[in-house]
Amino acid sequence: MTTATAEYALLPDERGRFGVYGGRFVPETLIPALDELTLAYAAAQQDPAFQKELDGHLKDYVGRATPLYYAERLSDEYGAKIYLKREDLCHTGAHKINNALGQILLARRMGKPRIIAETGAGQHGVAVATVCARFGVECEVYMGEEDTQRQALNVARMKLLGARVIPVTSGTATLKDATNEAIRDWVTNVRNTHYIIGSVVGPHPYPMIVRDFQSVIGREARVQILEKEGRLPDYVIACVGGGSNAMGIFYPFLNDGAVNLLGVEAAGEGLNSGKHCAPLTAGTLGVLHGSASYLMQDSDGQVAVTHSISAGLDYPGVGPEHAWMKDAGRAKYVSITDNEALEGLQKLAHREGIICALETAHAVAYLEKMRPQLTPETILIINCSGRGDKDMNTVVQSLELT
Amino acid sequence: MSRLSEHFAALRSRNEKALVCFVTAGDPNPDATVALVETLAKAGADCVEIGIPFSDPLADGPSIQASSQRALEQGMTVRKSLEVIRRIRARVPDLPLIPMTYYNPIRHFGLTEYARQAKEAGADGHIVTDLTPEEAEEWKRICIAEGLDTIFLLAPTSTTARIEIVTALSDGFVYCVSRTGVTGLRDDIPAELRDVVTNIKAYTDKPVFVGFGISRPEHVERIVAFADGVVVGTSLVNLIHKERDNPDLLEIVYQYVASLKAATR
Repeated sequence: MTTATAEYALLPDERGRFGVYGGRFVPETLIPALDELTLAYAAAQQDPAFQKELDGHLKDYVGRATPLYYAERLSDEYGAKIYLKREDLCHTGAHKINNALGQILLARRMGKPRIIAETGAGQHGVAVATVCARFGVECEVYMGEEDTQRQALNVARMKLLGARVIPVTSGTATLKDATNEAIRDWVTNVRNTHYIIGSVVGPHPYPMIVRDFQSVIGREARVQILEKEGRLPDYVIACVGGGSNAMGIFYPFLNDGAVNLLGVEAAGEGLNSGKHCAPLTAGTLGVLHGSASYLMQDSDGQVAVTHSISAGLDYPGVGPEHAWMKDAGRAKYVSITDNEALEGLQKLAHREGIICALETAHAVAYLEKMRPQLTPETILIINCSGRGDKDMNTVVQSLELT
Repeated sequence: MSRLSEHFAALRSRNEKALVCFVTAGDPNPDATVALVETLAKAGADCVEIGIPFSDPLADGPSIQASSQRALEQGMTVRKSLEVIRRIRARVPDLPLIPMTYYNPIRHFGLTEYARQAKEAGADGHIVTDLTPEEAEEWKRICIAEGLDTIFLLAPTSTTARIEIVTALSDGFVYCVSRTGVTGLRDDIPAELRDVVTNIKAYTDKPVFVGFGISRPEHVERIVAFADGVVVGTSLVNLIHKERDNPDLLEIVYQYVASLKAATR
């Protein structure tokens, strides 16, 4: 197992492959830009000044390190030791800023004056709009029209930060289509534009770059749990849409074979309803947005219409490294329905005074499924990937709160 | 020599440039697609790309996206697209036919089985928009085994190293994208295009065709001054959609395509 896990850290290979997953399935026009990004990133990694600048901003602007919080009353409820990695306390309210910050520094190194991004829940869009404001860079964010409605608060935030939000009406008008439009923009404006992808998806080198920038979460959590408990956790749990917060917290634990990694996908109205977005649980191998991975698709290879109460998880694909980790057995992927997520959200609010994002609520809700196997000695870390303010409209409607 | 290579060599010996047309299989319906391609051939098209629709066509602009969506909503599938190609082939035995699609639908179908059926239906070669040579190893091998051409694309951003790879691996012709961007109508021809094409031609004797944003005879005339042919897609797709209920649809398409073809001579 040690040998097998040691290999994870070496992936992707130079073609951007995680086993059969990953790669670069994009129009020719983008290949030189991906090569340029690969080189710029490799140079940045070798440059101590880059890491120092990034660390400085992560500390003073984002507010890192985020706490690893012992959730006492939640622990009492489940009879285990539950810790929350408080990414919701990051500036802008979610882990997305870790990657946005790293990538804007890369864009500056490459001399690209214009930034574009896609966003689902709006957390990545807000993070990108934020760093663009911070560094004085032009910013355009593509967002599915349906998402602009269910995440209206984040649209307002992006606009206030000076970004242009472009509603996308094509296809299903959600994250998948916003990503298509962002790629089309990039193909068109590739010479002066850097595309900040928000998750561990897309063509190589994006899944690697986003993972690396997000892995600050897991590096901190690993040190913090050793300080607090003197040992590694039994479980690390995170929600998975594209999979960036999960990859960020999983990656530094990959070589710790005894740590169980659990990714929680969105089962929507149920895996049998057809209305879900759980490609790792119920999808098949496919190619979308530049990489091969598990994909929700129909019998003709057309990308399926997905559903989740959580805009950030409402995506038919998933990062290629998750696909690889699933097949290799290093991580396990499970799913939680809309209703279960709403219960998880309320439980965390009632028990800990923390209103988390609907995405995060999927990870919290999985505790209920684990209840029978938990003991007072079991140590779990849940990645509390984001705060829930943006979801209040959805939650109010779903729970009929007034 | 493949039908594509033979056909374009014959054009070259007549000192004539190529007109390649694009239509989406099944938009507005399969019968119409068959009749339209036959009309394109009569009007002088030298080759027709048959779009096999995909739900997420990220290299296409709004017109072809919408066309793909309409075809899918009509129940178009990869299998039915191949059936359309089979029917077209029966009507136009000698016209080079190139299915154009994205990787996921054919990968999902099964590359080997897809290639076998495409060949049997009468396809000559393929353009898979999101499959660059680096990712196309298996696909290329399968196509060689089936006797199908694979056409790869170059863009204004392509480096010398990539021009060498793509010109070496592309069969029949090399598809040069006229500008950074997706398919769709443009008023002008980019100033840099002549240099881009001239540079590519320094690396290959294969014909170099230019596509994306070409819609008018005057565009064609200007481009064939330095390229070996043009690809016209969006304007044709738009015209077909606009006139889909007009009883004179085929005549209107014929006139339009004949005017484009005249500009290649």
